[in-house]
Amino acid sequence: MNTAVITFPGSNCDRDMVVAIRDVFGSQPHQIWHRETTLPERLDFIALPGGFSYGDYLRAGAMAANSPIMREIVREAERGVPVLGVCNGFQVLAEARLLPGALMRNANQRFVCRDAALRVENADTRFTTGFSKGETITIPVAHHDGNYFADETTLDRLEGDGRVVFRYLHATNGSRRDIAGIVNDGGNVLGMMPHPERAIDAAHGGTDGRRLFASVMESLAATA
Amino acid sequence: MKKRIFVTLKPGVLDPQGRAVHHALDGMGFDGVNDVRIGRLIELDVADTVTDEALGEMCEKLLANTVIENYRIEGSE
Repeated sequence: MNTAVITFPGSNCDRDMVVAIRDVFGSQPHQIWHRETTLPERLDFIALPGGFSYGDYLRAGAMAANSPIMREIVREAERGVPVLGVCNGFQVLAEARLLPGALMRNANQRFVCRDAALRVENADTRFTTGFSKGETITIPVAHHDGNYFADETTLDRLEGDGRVVFRYLHATNGSRRDIAGIVNDGGNVLGMMPHPERAIDAAHGGTDGRRLFASVMESLAATA
Repeated sequence: MKKRIFVTLKPGVLDPQGRAVHHALDGMGFDGVNDVRIGRLIELDVADTVTDEALGEMCEKLLANTVIENYRIEGSE
């Protein structure tokens, strides 16, 4: 498998993401600096990690969304390559308009850092076939700007199209309809605030995140 | 040429910071504050050749997130 992890200035979960992908996929991901203008040929999977790109200046993810490499990521996403954005990666994907809506400051103004119980709302995406619909899973969250906002029309459309993939079981950050993760129209771009790469080994306290990466790998194997 | 760009949250978008500041003002005993909304002022010093259209593009592409924010451009000499 040919995978890539993008690093922006201020990314700090890129190494965890690399370890998770290497562990599950069994091969070393390319590590790509955001100033690059090309991606390796024939990528199977691209991950945008968590962190605080550009120190969250202006808005979380806003500057990174305009990094040179993003033009290539948009192109790959449009080609159908699976793209995962976690936490700051989700914020970047939203700012780049690859996903609808925006991530605002948590409603209670506090940084939230704990295990989050999530309900899997759609187990048919290429990121979630290893889960069951309606299943409760546990994946850690750690963010200050995870309060998902979109207008009611957009929210209804997301719900209607099964694009809400993960929902918090308990109010976590003020997100509209407790949304924790969504996919794009094509189903190949997933943005989520919880960190699956922090739940891939029993020593992490749980392995539900591992199942997400395994789902991606299985979907790739099925289409290969 | 100095330009001022005001970025504000759209009506209907909950402003957690504004709400916290409102709460603080209430707690300090300031009466009669009906609402607080926090925005951002961006001051740009640009060449005279930079058009308002170009400034609008800067706002659309970076300075504001039009999903949640409105922007207003003011010129000042």
